[in-house]
Amino acid sequence: MNHVNAHTVLIVAAVLFVLGLIGTLTRKNVIFMLISVEVMLNAAGLAFVAAGAKWQQPDGQVMFLFILAMAAAEVSIGLALVLQIQHQNKTLDVGDLRALRDEDINE
Amino acid sequence: MTLLFYISSFVAIIATLLAITRYHPVHALLYLVASFLAAAMIFLSLGSPFIAVLEVIVYAGAIIVLFIFVVMMLNLGKDTAFREKNWLQPKIWIGPSLLVLVLLAELIVLLIKGIDAPMEITVVDPRKVSLSLFGGYIIALEMIGFLLMAGIVGAAHIGKQKAKTLHRFLQEEAT
Repeated sequence: MNHVNAHTVLIVAAVLFVLGLIGTLTRKNVIFMLISVEVMLNAAGLAFVAAGAKWQQPDGQVMFLFILAMAAAEVSIGLALVLQIQHQNKTLDVGDLRALRDEDINE
Repeated sequence: MTLLFYISSFVAIIATLLAITRYHPVHALLYLVASFLAAAMIFLSLGSPFIAVLEVIVYAGAIIVLFIFVVMMLNLGKDTAFREKNWLQPKIWIGPSLLVLVLLAELIVLLIKGIDAPMEITVVDPRKVSLSLFGGYIIALEMIGFLLMAGIVGAAHIGKQKAKTLHRFLQEEAT
C-alpha cells in the first residue's frame, strides 16, 4: 500500500474534469461558468503531473506550467469580458446575450 | 504519502462538488480555494513540490483574487444567489449531468481494466523542471510569454469602459 496506482490519480483527474464539465453545462451565470472552466483546466494539469510522476520525468510539470499560464491569461480575458457584459447588458445570464442571434430564429 | 494522496483527493472532489453547486458566488469561490489547496496537496504527494507551490500561489492566490475582485465590483449578492436558485432546477441540470456521468463511467471502466501501473513516487525537484523548461521547451516558453502578453493587452483593451454608442440603424431597431 506504499504505491499510488496510476489509475487512481487519473480517475481523480477524470472526476474533477467531469465536475467542471457539469458546472459549465448547467450553470447560466458567466462567473460560475468561468469557475467551472478553471476546475477543468486544473484537472487536465493534474493528469499531466500524474503522467510526469509515473515516469519520473519533469515534462509533466513543464506542461502544468504552460496550462497555468494559459489559465491565467484566459481568466483575465474572461473576467474583462464579464465586466463588459455586466456594463452593457446589466445581466450575467448567458441566455440574455442574444446580440449575435439570427433574426430568422428570433421571429 | 499514499494516505496523503487519498485524503486530499477526497477533499478535492468534495470541495469541487460543493463549489459548482453553490448559489452564492463568494461561497463557490471559497470552496474553489479549498479544492485548489487540496489539489496542491495531491501534487505534493505525487512528488512535485514546485507545482504544489505554484498551485497555491497562482491558482489559489492570483486567480481567486481576480474572481473576488470582479464579484466585488459587480456587487453580486443575495439577489444573485436567489436568481441562481431559480435557474438551477433539477429539470435543467439532471440531463447534462446524467449524460456526462455516463461518459465518466466509461472512462473509469477503461482506466480500471487497463494494465496495472503502480507509481514509484520520487521527488522531481525544481532544478530538473527548470533545466527541462529552459532546455528543450524554450520555444514553448517563449510562446507562453507571447500568450501572456496578448492576454494583458486583450484584457486592458476589453476592460476599457467605453460609452455605449450604437449605430443609428441599431438605435432605431432597439427602440
